[in-house]
Amino acid sequence: MANGESEVGADPAGGFVQLLTPDGERVDSVTTAEGVTYSVSFTDEEYRGLYQDLVTVRRLDAEATALQRQGELGIWASLLGQEAAQVGSGRALRPQDMAFPTYREHGVLYTRGIDPIMPFGLFRGVDQGGWDANEFKFNPYTIVIGAQTLHATGYAMGITMDGKTGAGDGEAVIAYFGDGATSQGEVNEAFVWSGVFHAPIVFFCQNNQYAISEPLERQTRIPLYRRANGFGFPGVRIDGNDVLATYAVTRTALDNARQGQGPTLIEAYTYRMGAHTSSDDPTRYRIASEVESWKAKDPISRLKTFLVKQEIAGEEFFGQVDEDARTLALSLRERVLAMPDPQPVTMFDNVYPHGSPLLDAQRAEFSRYHASFEGSAH
Amino acid sequence: MTETLTLGKALNHGLRRALESDSKVVIMGEDVGKLGGVFRITDGLQKDFGDNRVIDTPLAEAGIVGTAVGLAIRGYRPVCEIQFDGFVFPAYNQIVGQVAKMFYRSLGKQRLPIVIRIPYGGGIGAVEHHSESPEAYFAHTPGLKVVTCSNPADAHVMIQQAIASDDPIIFFEPKRRYWEKGEVDLELPLDRAYPLHASRVAREGTDATLIAYGPMVRVALDAAAAAEEDGRSLEVIDLRTLSPLDLDPVYASVRKTGRAVMVHEAPSNIGLGAEVAARVTEECFYSLEAPVLRVTGYDIPYPAARVEEEYLPDLDRVLDAVDRAFGW
Repeated sequence: MANGESEVGADPAGGFVQLLTPDGERVDSVTTAEGVTYSVSFTDEEYRGLYQDLVTVRRLDAEATALQRQGELGIWASLLGQEAAQVGSGRALRPQDMAFPTYREHGVLYTRGIDPIMPFGLFRGVDQGGWDANEFKFNPYTIVIGAQTLHATGYAMGITMDGKTGAGDGEAVIAYFGDGATSQGEVNEAFVWSGVFHAPIVFFCQNNQYAISEPLERQTRIPLYRRANGFGFPGVRIDGNDVLATYAVTRTALDNARQGQGPTLIEAYTYRMGAHTSSDDPTRYRIASEVESWKAKDPISRLKTFLVKQEIAGEEFFGQVDEDARTLALSLRERVLAMPDPQPVTMFDNVYPHGSPLLDAQRAEFSRYHASFEGSAH
Repeated sequence: MTETLTLGKALNHGLRRALESDSKVVIMGEDVGKLGGVFRITDGLQKDFGDNRVIDTPLAEAGIVGTAVGLAIRGYRPVCEIQFDGFVFPAYNQIVGQVAKMFYRSLGKQRLPIVIRIPYGGGIGAVEHHSESPEAYFAHTPGLKVVTCSNPADAHVMIQQAIASDDPIIFFEPKRRYWEKGEVDLELPLDRAYPLHASRVAREGTDATLIAYGPMVRVALDAAAAAEEDGRSLEVIDLRTLSPLDLDPVYASVRKTGRAVMVHEAPSNIGLGAEVAARVTEECFYSLEAPVLRVTGYDIPYPAARVEEEYLPDLDRVLDAVDRAFGW
């Protein structure tokens, strides 16, 4: 391989911010080479809350995967393995912050307090998303890779233009994307613009090692977080399977942004344990031992080990969390199955705010055509 | 107050009025600030409204349109300038994939009141990528509306109407007509102006119908004037809106004249003329004395400047088509 000397494949141990080891050991604080110190101070209740979040989003994800396998969803993009990156960053957001997700941020969505059923219309095929970004501070899922990073940048520019930065109660934006997206021109344009306009934005890259089948080496010759240097803002790599480090670094980056200190790129080093989507077959491009090695770095088991060792939670709590997650998942299942198919004529709705005579004519023709079958055996 | 203005100055004044009337309107593009744009359409606006309202952007068209989407989600009304027609393609992904679809994706909850201004068409002796007519790509895309002005009065009011609209609008400006003068009512209220998405009879006639838009309206009007000397009365229709098309005035005209010639600079294959011809044929079949004929650019990349006059539809080619329609 021409890129044999690349640092990308190197073990990132020591090369990322980690506050909770895979063995469940707490690291008090980490100081980066740039001299920035990261730590968290959570109450026992907050630790238990993070654990509950992680278990819940994994359980809901499993239910969605099952629904897809049973033919009830057209497709599902699983977050399995990336729970800590999503819960940690999502919980780091303040209420006034705006998130621009890809199509996999179900965990972030959950931490925003949004009903987890919201994206299921998209995956079941009854709509294309259908929610209001401003109502939920969570933009509709964007499927074209990287396109949302520019939307996030523009929104962040708007925050500055509105004078909503420079204080602790200022607003900030988080833009989610993956390792594959970093090759997109639009993502690089988003970096340029955010740097130039000093926009209050955090670029949160979940490096899950694969863009469908293509490994990270096909996207980059340097660690992704170091790309930020070239655009003039800081880049930080975190253990994306560590919910504590993810929270600490994302919270700091968002607060820096809202206080007018400009963008940060966070590379959350993680692993997609499942397929890219339910249409994918990862056995064609990666070996089982690699997946096994990442199981040892599981985001949930390390937090559980920590909670047990510190006597923050016991079997009763864990059992209750599992039971609550199961109840939520089954309720979600029932509600997904009850989702009505849209009336076909509604496909003509919401193309233009001010409508169009062309669509009016086609809608009328569509209705006339279908009405012509009424009462027939067709 | 009526003044004689060039089409370019009319646009400039229309943009100024839009900036004055709504503090959420922002202009963004390459060189739109200090320079006032390479065609000076935004001349003086940054000086008067500040660099938060008239933004010189990095040289990245996808970035211009993509950040405009985010600004629109934030509540702004961005007016993007794409410097030349042939430079719009880096932004094509954002325009077709995002701008056109966000309202639909959100079930009508997220409006993107974005205007994308594009100087288009040839006739200025330019190098490659500076003379193209890409309107069909956008008119073909559901979720976008596409308009084009042909004269200073329309330019002045249509740009204001487009900015006031909540629909995403691609606004094509006939760059070789930027310097043509006409009477402009500078204070015409938008609610009394001719509607944005309506075509208009630009010259009445009885014998054949010329259908044109943007830079070709002038050519069609000149052809009609010349035909009058030969005793033929040609009606000229300025389409103004390319998506949605407003063809009722065209149907009315063709039912009267029985003959139609469609004129545009863009290549003919799968162009606006094909759509107009198909719909006129369907609506006016029994009135037609001849097929709808097209006079267009050829199906080649826009040619070198020294031969562009042979590429562009002109008065003689239009009249030749009219002759063929009468000889059918």
